[in-house]
Amino acid sequence: MKFLNKLAAVLVFLAGFPVAMAHAALTIEIVGSGANQIPVAIVPFAGESILMQAVTPVVAADLQRSGLFKMIDAAAQPQPHEPAEVNYPDWRARGADALAIGSVRPRPDGKLDVSFRLVDTVKQSVLAGYSYAIPPAQLRATAHKIADEIYEKLTGDIGVFSTRIAYIVKSGARYELQVADADGYGAQTVLASNEPIISPSWSPDGTKLAYVSFERKKPIVYVQSLASSHRQVLAQFKGNNSAPAWSPDGSQLAVVLTKDGNSQIYLINADGSGVRRLSNSAGIDTEPAFSPDGASIVFTSDRGGSPQIYRMPLSGGGAQRLTFEGNYNVSPHFSPDGKSLVFIQRANGSSFHVALQDLATGQLQVLTDSRMDESPSFAPNGKMILYATEIGGRGILAAVSSDGRVKQRLTASAGDVREPEWGPLSKNQ
Amino acid sequence: MKRILLSTLLVSLLAACASQETKEQPKAAVENRGAAQPSAGAEAQPAGQQGVAANPLKDPNNILSKRSVYFDFDKYDVKDEYKPLVEAHSRYLTSHKDAKITVQGNTDERGSREYNIALGNRRADSVKKVMGAMGVTDSQIETISFGEEKPRAACHDESCWKENRRSDIVYQGE
Repeated sequence: MKFLNKLAAVLVFLAGFPVAMAHAALTIEIVGSGANQIPVAIVPFAGESILMQAVTPVVAADLQRSGLFKMIDAAAQPQPHEPAEVNYPDWRARGADALAIGSVRPRPDGKLDVSFRLVDTVKQSVLAGYSYAIPPAQLRATAHKIADEIYEKLTGDIGVFSTRIAYIVKSGARYELQVADADGYGAQTVLASNEPIISPSWSPDGTKLAYVSFERKKPIVYVQSLASSHRQVLAQFKGNNSAPAWSPDGSQLAVVLTKDGNSQIYLINADGSGVRRLSNSAGIDTEPAFSPDGASIVFTSDRGGSPQIYRMPLSGGGAQRLTFEGNYNVSPHFSPDGKSLVFIQRANGSSFHVALQDLATGQLQVLTDSRMDESPSFAPNGKMILYATEIGGRGILAAVSSDGRVKQRLTASAGDVREPEWGPLSKNQ
Repeated sequence: MKRILLSTLLVSLLAACASQETKEQPKAAVENRGAAQPSAGAEAQPAGQQGVAANPLKDPNNILSKRSVYFDFDKYDVKDEYKPLVEAHSRYLTSHKDAKITVQGNTDERGSREYNIALGNRRADSVKKVMGAMGVTDSQIETISFGEEKPRAACHDESCWKENRRSDIVYQGE
């Protein structure tokens, strides 16, 4: 209950900011929590209360959203801002294993000095410490970096709070391809159209999106730069052009074309040149996704009579069937370590769930109990899976931890949200 | 100068694709890469090829005015009840070698969007195969798929789903 109150307080706090991205921001709601929550206190930074954007509420919201941390109340005075000011026994008594402290100070040149330290209350030592000189506009980004540092030091995994997500919003007859921060803030429209847009796919360096647009009355694959908005046709052959997936080195994409008949998988260079056929079956082959080492792809095929997931080496050769439970397994993606697959499984008629399969053991785990799940993709640290689902007839985004324990819902202020893909780690991480 | 150039580009771009816009600086002209074959059908639309009088394709009493072939769940074979319709269009196309059609496949909303694009394509392709067997040349038909993206009926039960599991025959210029 206390947790819920605090969460509500955080959300209200966030909602109170009249930041530029009020447009179509996503609101996040958390359900469930990790098995072992790490108790941590985030002490409000010295000097942040007078800023347009305070740092620590963003840090706390990030950590809380992961479900892996228990937030220890840090509102009581006195509040330490330097390691020398920390009363370790006191924070131990409040239950905090770790404490984040710091300050934000204006510089003569208009920038801000953000200083942050993470201290271990048991060992009474500093676990991490950083200083950043940033323009005020980067306060949120800096808060995400700090949350990433805390997450990494305390869990041993890479933090993904500085990453972005891409998705489609449909409002009435209008479709928008949008990109937002992983916490739903800063939504920006990349492309708006009166015809459907589907299947956004991030380039591995996070600078471009490939997607399928129906603006010319048929599916055509485009690649668009996020910084310049420059875009080009990647594949516009006779018939359908769809399901783009980048190779891990960004040099080529797998796409699905029907120029030779059935939907089949082709490779094409990232500049649209050099198309060559990869799969060769009498059935449907679609939804390719590269393995992290780039040596193979997984894809959906109905060659065995029902849609199932297969794996095929890029060097050519036969495809190996990977899924055997149920008669509809589609939309596969590899985990970042290449050891497991996430996909959508249909259960009893028309109920679609996110499923995770270990590639070595074949063991399958259904992670969700919602009914209309689609388009799952891993966070770049492999700990969360982002997907689309439906609540009350409306499309929303949701995320589930790869152990199935933590669930988040991301709801837009209006419209149907769908076709999400979690972006890569940012370049400076 | 630069500004004038940009706004000229902007105006021509807006004119070129009125239904579509990129948000920041929509200066990206859409280029066709060398490898891509220009798609037959969908883009260039010479209007009014047929005479004004008695266009059999528009005559409600002519079977050629009927354009939709419906499919069962997860199926893509052309059912017997739709064969006369497909055969009538085949005869029209073999006697009008300059006529071109797009067969647009559709699915209901259930399942993966990309898989549904592929399933819709099979539904379009089934119609094309029947036509091919009747002597219609390949170059007269382009099959495309909208998958589940452009449902004709909007509700979320079988009454709408059966309407959306469909291939439509669209003549060039329509």
